[in-house]
Amino acid sequence: MQPSTKKSLVGKLEAVNEFEREPIPQNKLKGWKSFLGMYAGEHTAGTEFVIGPLFVTHGVTAFDLMVGLLAGNLLAVLSWAFLCAPIAVKTRLTLYFKLEKICGSRLATIYNLVNALMFCFLAGSMIAVSATAVGIPFDMAMPALNDVLPTSVGWVITVLVVGAITTLVAMFGYDQISRFANIASPWMILVFIAAAIAVLPELGVHSISDFWAVANDRIWTGEPLPGQIRFTIWHIMFFAWFANMAMHIGMADMSILRYAKKWQYGFCSAAGMYVGHYIAWVASGILYALFLFESNNSMTFAPGPVAYRAAGIAGAICVVIAGWTTANPTIYRAGLAVQSVMSHWKTWRVTLIVGAITTIAACFPGLVMQLLDFVALYGLILMPLGAVIFVDTWILPKLGMVSDYAEKRGISFNWAAAISWVVTLGICFLINRWFGLDVYFLGLPGWFIAVLLYLVFSKVYQKKTWEQESRVSANL
Amino acid sequence: MRIVLIIISIIGLMLTIVPAFMVFFGSVTLETNKHLMLAGMLCWFVTAPFWMNKEQEEVV
Repeated sequence: MQPSTKKSLVGKLEAVNEFEREPIPQNKLKGWKSFLGMYAGEHTAGTEFVIGPLFVTHGVTAFDLMVGLLAGNLLAVLSWAFLCAPIAVKTRLTLYFKLEKICGSRLATIYNLVNALMFCFLAGSMIAVSATAVGIPFDMAMPALNDVLPTSVGWVITVLVVGAITTLVAMFGYDQISRFANIASPWMILVFIAAAIAVLPELGVHSISDFWAVANDRIWTGEPLPGQIRFTIWHIMFFAWFANMAMHIGMADMSILRYAKKWQYGFCSAAGMYVGHYIAWVASGILYALFLFESNNSMTFAPGPVAYRAAGIAGAICVVIAGWTTANPTIYRAGLAVQSVMSHWKTWRVTLIVGAITTIAACFPGLVMQLLDFVALYGLILMPLGAVIFVDTWILPKLGMVSDYAEKRGISFNWAAAISWVVTLGICFLINRWFGLDVYFLGLPGWFIAVLLYLVFSKVYQKKTWEQESRVSANL
Repeated sequence: MRIVLIIISIIGLMLTIVPAFMVFFGSVTLETNKHLMLAGMLCWFVTAPFWMNKEQEEVV
């Protein structure tokens, strides 16, 4: 590379300013179309090629799937619109900077590292999904449902190449990601729909009136594959609601929605939910059902070849791009999380490190095979501090308590928030163990527990630290 | 020029989705559909970047 070119590249990267530690200025706010494209692109993703088929493996019925997704996605949209977006627009801060104000730098650091790690795993699963498509021309051995460790050298090399390119794009910031997602998303969703429609005759659907019978007999049969638990309508509804719990109730999308001119742009998430988490999940389930039908219930689980079988090269490329459009913003979010810990580092440098960790994680196919459980767990772990932000923004001032407590008192560790977080997760764990409630459902009681605990602990903690400060002042 | 690019992009999307319905109704084979989807993809990605992002910037 020529020195001048190198200098201009570094200069371009250095110029990327994402307003990590300041409110977004008015002239940088974005219109609703930007969010529509972002959400539609982000949620029509590589994971959709995994989640739809995993519902099939869990033996959901056609009725439970259709109705469960309708209700669950509605709840998710409402969570974005009424919980996350109003706070994002009110503060115009990233989740991470807001947490620092409430929880103090030390607790925010712990949260950010946990958050970044979760984002790395999520982005890693998407890179792995892309790799199943990239490996097709090389006749790469594909992973199976029960694989956890890397299966071949070819798999590892493919993942490393896909991860490197994804990281490079993410290093150029939100604008580049947004542009890429905007261009790809209309085409991607049409590929999902087209691929599913084109294979319906091979499943026995020759007219629209055949669909429901075939859907029940050959696609969503109600019979789980060996080793999988059976999903009910409640599993589907709660999974759809909480699949992005970290983003809406957990407030991670403050980092995105802080660019919105109005809080109502939170409803733009409907584009992602009903296109990506409804149509795409249904479509990918249909494609996987054909694969199971033709392979006599093979345990191989590789979205790339499944899409290639139905839509040829366009299908395989769709899997690659679908993985990218979600992995990119996820790596970007993880970069922001770490950047808030290492504020003297430029975003692009942090993104590079995060991308490397993500790529290593992507080498393990177990990440993809256990995606439903991981997605639910990841939302649950990050949710309690979303509840803390909610309470801090809307409830504490009304009760005469102090918002942004750590910033105003100059403390680096807000014990009330920390204990609320840990105790909430502890109680959720006990509910899971004692009452056998699946991880998919724990977010609902967990949010109310976190809200209640933070209110009680804040009352005690703020009173205690106030009295200590008063005593110190009096002694002086 | 811009209108030409937009028309080619729309043709690209049509080539992606319409042949799938033709497969469903038995008018074309699945293999033909795959070729048409590939052509549609090329039309879309060659032309859409030249007008889509510019439109976004104007909106923003």
